Amino acid sequence: MIEIDVEKRLGAFLLEARFAAPATGITALFGRSGAGKTTLVNLLAGLERPDRGRIAVGGAVLFSADEGIDVPPERRRLGYVFQEGRLFPHYSVRSNLTYGRRSGARGGAIGFDAVVALLGLAALLDRRPGDLSGGEKQRVAIGRALLAEPRLLLMDEPLASLDAPRKAEILPFIEKLRDELRLPIIYVSHAMEEIVRLADTLVLMSEGRIAAVGPVEELTSRLDLRPLTGRYEAGAVIRATVAGHDVTYGLSELAFPGGRLRVSHVALPLGTPVRARIRARDVALATTRPSGISFRNIFAARVTEIAPERVPIVDVRLDIGTPAQPVALWARVTARAAHELGLAPGREVFALVKTVALDRASYGRYDPAPGEDDPL
Amino acid sequence: MPALTPLEIEALRLSLRVGVVSVAASLPFGLAVAWLLARGQFPGKVVLDGLVHLPLVLPPVVVGYALLVLFGRHGPVGGWLYDTFGVTFAFNWKGAALAAAVMAFPLMVRAMRLSLELVDRRLEAAARTLGAGRLRVFLTITVPLMAPGILAGAILGFARSISEFGATITFVSNIPGETRTLPLALYALTQAPGGETAAWRLALLSVLLAMAALVASELLARRLDRRVRGVG
Repeated sequence: MIEIDVEKRLGAFLLEARFAAPATGITALFGRSGAGKTTLVNLLAGLERPDRGRIAVGGAVLFSADEGIDVPPERRRLGYVFQEGRLFPHYSVRSNLTYGRRSGARGGAIGFDAVVALLGLAALLDRRPGDLSGGEKQRVAIGRALLAEPRLLLMDEPLASLDAPRKAEILPFIEKLRDELRLPIIYVSHAMEEIVRLADTLVLMSEGRIAAVGPVEELTSRLDLRPLTGRYEAGAVIRATVAGHDVTYGLSELAFPGGRLRVSHVALPLGTPVRARIRARDVALATTRPSGISFRNIFAARVTEIAPERVPIVDVRLDIGTPAQPVALWARVTARAAHELGLAPGREVFALVKTVALDRASYGRYDPAPGEDDPL
Repeated sequence: MPALTPLEIEALRLSLRVGVVSVAASLPFGLAVAWLLARGQFPGKVVLDGLVHLPLVLPPVVVGYALLVLFGRHGPVGGWLYDTFGVTFAFNWKGAALAAAVMAFPLMVRAMRLSLELVDRRLEAAARTLGAGRLRVFLTITVPLMAPGILAGAILGFARSISEFGATITFVSNIPGETRTLPLALYALTQAPGGETAAWRLALLSVLLAMAALVASELLARRLDRRVRGVG
């Protein structure tokens, strides 16, 4: 667990953060600039000192004002990937990578060669940071943090200074950290699409406070949090597992509580947890089960909530799960259609899903191997 | 220019020795004071700042006299040093090096302090998250990044040391082979009749020495600068 309960005043800004999050998978800190995300991460890393409070990671108390504990950053074993890389300009890439790796330290659970291979750094080793592109710098920064063998990796907007192609270049590497190294990560971002792709747990921050903490699927589908999560294109995230492949038609089936989603073939073994993203505008509604229609994903649904109208459109929240395991789905329809269909909470309808986007979900939360300890 | 005369060689060797020793001995102190002034927060920082810069604005003869009073064989510091370690600065080349070091100190500290203020503290923070303690961060990140400033400080200090005159002559007098550095030898020649040619030769020697130091520092600084910027 990551337990945080801190207060820090910086001029007129007051950070008051209290939350606990599982120390597995990726925990995203999301909020507008100025919400206090970086300050919070700096407090965790020990680079700034809280005015009061307590910080513990995996049972180890890193800061406690009451007990007089303030572990210096170099002994917290938290890796930190900064927005601007912060490579040491006077060292080669190789020396940057090995800076945190002192001789005889902790037996080397993460090997130099493995990290170089994982991040594709082999060709860069003898270069100097000044000669690297932005994306290369970030990869070296990630490798450098990994080789210090942290128990938790902090990433402060590691993609923010990169253009779209460079972002696309780095994202798979971050997914590898999550899936192959199973390293718990705190990921700061103000880009919801990155978070939906990567994170399991979402910590929403606003004006120095924690607005909400919970699974990404849950928070992104909550209407009351729309003002905070809103920049992300409205939609739902559904957890599912690969349940079947149809070779003839090149399709795959994903099972979720309450039904199966049919999607284009995904090259993943049966049972692989995945995360399906369905945009509100890709969902249509019908009051009777349609027949003779090309849509293959039609689900019986119940309207649970209707967002305030923003003429001409309105977002409708649906439940397509089971009574025991509700699954939220959003549909975007015109306000006129909503009136004519008589949509209201409790109304039974059918949801027609046009497109599904898939991300490979984290192993961290979905299938913890039996008997395996918390990695911290 | 014909070969150097024994007198010139003696003055040159003494000047070099005084310059090198004064820089080498005061460099660690200069670094410490630069660090305190750039990074430290303590009461009396303004006083320390003023004290360090005093030799820059005081007449050198005042500094020399203060050294004479403090570090003379019977002075409060000099007497203690002699009784405890058997070391004395009175009227020998070590005294000349001390006088040169005190006079050069503000220049050295200024250069190092400026470069320290330019070191990106975010890099130091990054090093600490990688498990490096304060001392390791200082030695592996801070010092290498401020290396151009340390070099500049050392060269400036060296140049100032070999040209020191007023404090030296007041503190340790003008003793051939012991405290008669290039400027003091030049001064002695100008006081005696018929010394014009010899005086010119010494003046030229001083210019050559200073130029060599500056050119060497420029070349070194370029290399260090490239290193610190992370290219080449």
